Amino acid sequence: MNAWSIAPIGLALAWGIMGLIFWQRIRLLRWLGVLGSTSFVALSIALLTMVQKEKFLILQVGAWRAPFGITIAIDLLGALMVTMTSVLAWFIALYSLTEIDESQVRYGFYPLFFLLLMGVFGAFTTGDLFNLYVWFEVMLMASFVLMALGGYRAQLEGATKYVLLNLIGSTFFLIAAGLTYSLTGTLNMADLAVQIREIDNPSLPLVLSALFLIAFGIKAAIFPLFFWLPASYHTPPVAVTALFSGLLTKVGVYAMVRVFTLIFPFNGTILQPILLVLAGFTMVTGVLGAAAQWDLRRLLSFHIISQIGYLIMGLGLFTPLALAGTIFFTLHVVIAKAALFLVSGMIQRLTGTFNLKSLGNLAQTQPGMALLFAFPALSLAGLPPFSGFFAKLILVRAGLEAQQGAIVAVSLVVSLLTLFSMSKIWQEAFWKPARREGKGILPVHMWGAVGGIVVVGVLLGLFANPIMTLSLQAAEQLLQPSMYIQMVLGGQP
Amino acid sequence: MKARSMLLQVAVAYLMPLLLIFSIFLLIRGHNEVGGGFVGGLVAAAAFILHAIAESPKATRAHLPLSPDKLIAVGLSIALLSGVLALFQGNPFMTGIWLKQPLPVIGKVGTPFIFDVGVYLVVIGVCLHILLNLAEDER
Repeated sequence: MNAWSIAPIGLALAWGIMGLIFWQRIRLLRWLGVLGSTSFVALSIALLTMVQKEKFLILQVGAWRAPFGITIAIDLLGALMVTMTSVLAWFIALYSLTEIDESQVRYGFYPLFFLLLMGVFGAFTTGDLFNLYVWFEVMLMASFVLMALGGYRAQLEGATKYVLLNLIGSTFFLIAAGLTYSLTGTLNMADLAVQIREIDNPSLPLVLSALFLIAFGIKAAIFPLFFWLPASYHTPPVAVTALFSGLLTKVGVYAMVRVFTLIFPFNGTILQPILLVLAGFTMVTGVLGAAAQWDLRRLLSFHIISQIGYLIMGLGLFTPLALAGTIFFTLHVVIAKAALFLVSGMIQRLTGTFNLKSLGNLAQTQPGMALLFAFPALSLAGLPPFSGFFAKLILVRAGLEAQQGAIVAVSLVVSLLTLFSMSKIWQEAFWKPARREGKGILPVHMWGAVGGIVVVGVLLGLFANPIMTLSLQAAEQLLQPSMYIQMVLGGQP
Repeated sequence: MKARSMLLQVAVAYLMPLLLIFSIFLLIRGHNEVGGGFVGGLVAAAAFILHAIAESPKATRAHLPLSPDKLIAVGLSIALLSGVLALFQGNPFMTGIWLKQPLPVIGKVGTPFIFDVGVYLVVIGVCLHILLNLAEDER
């Protein structure tokens, strides 16, 4: 029993309420955003150290015992994800000080920002399948509005597609959860893990896991369910895009990892090769889609999809090393991707466009920005000594150990194509002579936020070893569900 | 501006207190029987919306003790506090704390009831926030 596990949700709600109270106090709200995110970072680090000591932080809400009440359980994976979310949110809050304009703050950016984080924290910490659905909805509600914030025509178009396709995903999730309940009579994840293993007919759980794969696949934007992402991610303010790229799809991947390790371990079933094939296709279509783009944000959005492929690959391989690779890769890609989006926001702010064709010469006029772009770009492409290199190295090694040569080959080729794609941005935006010169000075908060997140990315590469150790521990916890089950159900087998 | 119906205005003057009392009845009844904060909140919001149709959205806003967004904030705070109270007793978040003796009229009172009051306020706040904004845009 540990009351701390509800703290991320409670704290995010409390800050959301503060945001509602001071809705019209723009300047105050902006700093509340930074202050709130700082408190999340502090809390998540405290949680991470606690989890390392105690392995699990478990709370039975309302003192209702496990299979009957709602369980909030933080294991190492949950704590790592909460920490990653908080760190990202901190930089986004700093960046938003100047990026989110006054009318967008008046439309409720900050309350929604906190409520979105509440949904994300909830999804990362809950130990109940239906509760997970509820947190998905909280997150989606907040993100719907954030996506349409400001109400420009392109935004509304993007938001409509986003809402529609995500609702379809939610419907699949709800159907799958309902069927699971009718099959087992429980929705508590630990109890489910026990009940599912007792079902004689192996095809029923398999069908259910396929349904969950579709539901989470839509959220995570895997092939062939990713259409909503490139259709919508380039429309909201850059800070929102960076936040979404870091959180929404990753929550989908997290849900997959959680459900497919704890409840429906799919190793040895037909789903495993399917997942690997999907991972390969996700990587390839994402990177090829990116190659055809000339809009900086659209290009980066396609790269999100391609990187999701790597995360799914780790899950599909289903070895401790591969899952650790997925966890490490998640941390890496969230930071690198957000950094790239934030740099693209700086470019837009300076030159007024995202179009690569009309950009140019930024390496000379803005050497600092070029540096800030180069680090995460090289990291994303997987060059040493950046975090992306280690993340990919682990996945490749795990793939070779599992003798899945094909997916390893695909992942390496996609790496190369990513590098090509990054060098295209470099060539177009930073090297070639400019058609339109950038003018003006960027606010210091912006430099601070982007510089900070790039430094975090670099540190992730420099301290790859301790972080990898943590990821390995988290992966081992995931692959031994009996511990989790015992902790949640309290001694019952 | 549309011409207001006098019939409606007179009717609302009588209906509104009734609806509000009924909404509170629903809220209190909700613990063991049909009703609760959500339904009660909807009925109360409907009462205010009826008023907005009969008079004007502006007049309704003047009637409200708090603006809708503040109502949401207060409701959420009450709901959150009702959960946090259990922590002071050393129990898990949201454990129900009940008064030993049932109060007259209201009945058994405990933190779940306080949570429901929070829901009641949030529902009123959200409904009014959306509908009053829409009604004001119409003009």
